Amino acid sequence: MKARVHITLKDGVLDPQGKAIHNALGALGFGGVNDVRQGKYIELDLAAADPEAARAEVDAMCSKLLANTVIENYAIELVE
Amino acid sequence: MQASVIVFPGSNCDRDVKVALAESAGREPTMVWHGDSELPKSDLIVLPGGFAYGDYLRCGAIAAHSPIMREVVRKAEGGTPVLAICNGFQVAIESGLLPGALISNANLKYICKDVHLRVENVHTCFTAGYDEDEVIRIPIAHHDGNYVADDDTVAELEDENRIVFRYSGPDGTVDDEANPNGSRGNIAGIVNKAGNVLGMMPHPERLSDPVHGGTDGRPIFDTLAGSLG
Repeated sequence: MKARVHITLKDGVLDPQGKAIHNALGALGFGGVNDVRQGKYIELDLAAADPEAARAEVDAMCSKLLANTVIENYAIELVE
Repeated sequence: MQASVIVFPGSNCDRDVKVALAESAGREPTMVWHGDSELPKSDLIVLPGGFAYGDYLRCGAIAAHSPIMREVVRKAEGGTPVLAICNGFQVAIESGLLPGALISNANLKYICKDVHLRVENVHTCFTAGYDEDEVIRIPIAHHDGNYVADDDTVAELEDENRIVFRYSGPDGTVDDEANPNGSRGNIAGIVNKAGNVLGMMPHPERLSDPVHGGTDGRPIFDTLAGSLG
């Protein structure tokens, strides 16, 4: 089973990289972008077969290491 | 004072701080490898600057889970002074010793230059050698030194006088112009609630000997050596 983890900055936390991307898109003529937020995508190949157990384990991984919950949110998606 | 300097793979200011500590204490600190799980007798623990684990995932995130850090956190909670400089500050935050977070500099640049700091709290075991509101010059060298924290955390830091250094102009003015990296409230260094853990982005060890071109960082090491014997 695979887990896809998306880590994004919480609302209100300044995202200098997102801002730079936004500016660069504007310079390329893409004027229709209201805002850009950059995040991380982590793919985990898991030994666990039980989705519930897998989700609980990935959730613990996120809060302990993969995300800094002071500034980041995370979302977990399990793929068979 | 018997200090221990924690060495992570990617630390690069460990030997600089070793020299500064030896100069002030008259005794060589112990260099402790991150993979060790026991600390030797330590009156002071230093988390040095550098790029522990290549800054992978987030600066300090992986180092914070090194075997030695369990022991560092335990000692810190027991009251042992911990001086966390630059990458060490990031490690201290990631290991929960200090609140908030350090994100990319607002201008996305690695900044390496001397800055001025206003010393806001001289009632710590690190800063008693400075005068209240003294302005000192210390170098910074980082890409991720932009201090962020929520309103409640900042209010608590302010109320408890735990903001130790703020980026300022040479005259002590704290404003946006003097803020090199976008840090909230120009915060450059903070202490924990108990006051025994100091995290700071600037590098006092890099201006601690006249051959460096200045000694504004030296009082930190002298004060620690003086009070810790």
